[in-house]
Amino acid sequence: MLRFLLARLGQSAIVLLAMSFATYVLLGLMPGDPIDLMFAADPDITSDDIARLKALHGLDQPLIDRYLAWLRNALAGEFGYSRLLNEPVLEVLAPRLGNSLLLMAVSLAIAVAIAVPAGIHAALRPGSWSDQAINLCCFAGVSIPPFWFALLLILLFAVVLGLLPAGGMGHEGDGVLERLRYMVLPVLTLSAAAVAGYTRHVRSAMIEVMREEYIRTARAKGVAERHVVRRHALRNALIPVVTIAALDVGGLFSGALITETMFGWLGMGKTIYDAVMGNDYNLALVGLLLATLVTLLANILADIAYAWLDPRITYRSRAHG
Amino acid sequence: MRRPATRTGQAWRRLRAYPSAVASLIILAGLGLLVVAAPLLEAMLALDAARVDLFNRLAPPGPVHWLGTDELGRDLLLRLLHGGRVSLLVGLSAALCTAVIGAVLGLVSGFVGGRVDDVIMRCADALISLPLLPLLIVLAAVDPAKLGLPEGVGNSASFSLYRIIAIIAIVGWPGVARLVRGTTLSLREREFVQVAHALGLGPARIMFRHILPNAASPLLVATTLAVGNVILFESVLSFLGLGIHPPVPSWGNMLNGAQELMHQAPLLAVWPGLLIFVTVIAFNLLGDGLQAALDPRAAAGSP
Repeated sequence: MLRFLLARLGQSAIVLLAMSFATYVLLGLMPGDPIDLMFAADPDITSDDIARLKALHGLDQPLIDRYLAWLRNALAGEFGYSRLLNEPVLEVLAPRLGNSLLLMAVSLAIAVAIAVPAGIHAALRPGSWSDQAINLCCFAGVSIPPFWFALLLILLFAVVLGLLPAGGMGHEGDGVLERLRYMVLPVLTLSAAAVAGYTRHVRSAMIEVMREEYIRTARAKGVAERHVVRRHALRNALIPVVTIAALDVGGLFSGALITETMFGWLGMGKTIYDAVMGNDYNLALVGLLLATLVTLLANILADIAYAWLDPRITYRSRAHG
Repeated sequence: MRRPATRTGQAWRRLRAYPSAVASLIILAGLGLLVVAAPLLEAMLALDAARVDLFNRLAPPGPVHWLGTDELGRDLLLRLLHGGRVSLLVGLSAALCTAVIGAVLGLVSGFVGGRVDDVIMRCADALISLPLLPLLIVLAAVDPAKLGLPEGVGNSASFSLYRIIAIIAIVGWPGVARLVRGTTLSLREREFVQVAHALGLGPARIMFRHILPNAASPLLVATTLAVGNVILFESVLSFLGLGIHPPVPSWGNMLNGAQELMHQAPLLAVWPGLLIFVTVIAFNLLGDGLQAALDPRAAAGSP
């Protein structure tokens, strides 16, 4: 297990490194460069100044040297400043990562709380009208454009009914309840797709498990159906579901980007989007890497959870797959 | 006279047992027809989808403009149809590109094995584990001029179309590749492949003529489901201003300005989204039905 973990950590480090290089190159390919932007802001700058500034910031160096210089600084904990906000990027990103994780965690919890009972309900009555209704809702949930769903929610709850704020995160000094009101619509948006996805997984996993021999054995022994479902079936059915939920953190980040942008929620997704749109290379780069790091760590957690939940699995020799 | 039961014929008969899939197929065919016939309708109504009429902004539905006009006074119905052309075109072609790249990489990975397989599959794992949308945004923000493309190409209307197809294909292949690799692995040691080897057929011929046809069903299902996903991604990117650029309409970018106008013209925010929703759910239901019809064993768990 330890060797497996180390191998996975190593792999993740390689992915992160490759990602940092790819992103560095891609950001260099975005319109304009920082000196041009400074130039645009100050008409008195001369071309000598530009050359001097480019040399000062190392922009006249080859790409690979600039990347390596960036990497050395990054490894030393120096991630530079955000151009838009004039603050060290880590100080910008830390609270926003917290905001994103809060939004994601609440949405995830709600999604699981709905998906598990709904999936079990459907799995125990395959083909019934309630199964088909749940199935159709799941298809709707994964097919609805998330930003459009957000628009409809804003239209209904903020514009027509006036019950909930259309965006923002509340103000300093607001109570917990007031803060919660700002969370309702973003959480609804983000959890909709997750509920749909997880319900389908719970359902198919439960149907699979209910066909197993040990379920028949348990029933033959006279175990009450309620116990068969809860103790015997659900525990085994949840194994793949937990893995899928943990593997889905990347998808959750994608959803969070849309949700945060729609509702003005100051999280990682909105920050990355604003940074890309505002030519804030440093912020975009570190933000994207931080999101990647969290996703990779969640994937490793998924593997650990998988091994922990299913004692049959050992990671001594890992097969490809 | 009964026609002989071909594999396609059998699958078609089984597909008809899934009313949701059949309904989806009909809806998609109807939508496709409408979208293709958009110029015809344009001529019939004597309207021009691109004509700006600032004196007739946000007009309500009426006999001339059946669904009313948008914030620039353009006919909403015609813009929806033209937007549908773009969205469906992007969805179909990006899904096809994804399928081709994924099929080739999956075949090579499963057939050649060893180091090649390792590298391709590790790349697929890495791509799947990344936060996709933030990555797509960075890819979409790349300046074409800095890629060495001439100025005219980067600014042309069709460039944003090709770009979005390309970036979706770049990140979309791993799912298909895994699928095809799995089929390839299970077929590699079978007799007919061994015979093909013994007959002296080259690896390319064996892969594409003998193994790939056996992966056709899962490939078709995956591609159908991919079309829906691509349309969703296109709409999100266009909505964020990084996909299809106006004045070329797409269902995604038509929603772009709708958020600010929601108080004045809520229907402007409803129509394009509704069309995306209906199209994507139809592709998903069709894919699900196809899976059940083409592979009855794998789909035994789903209704």
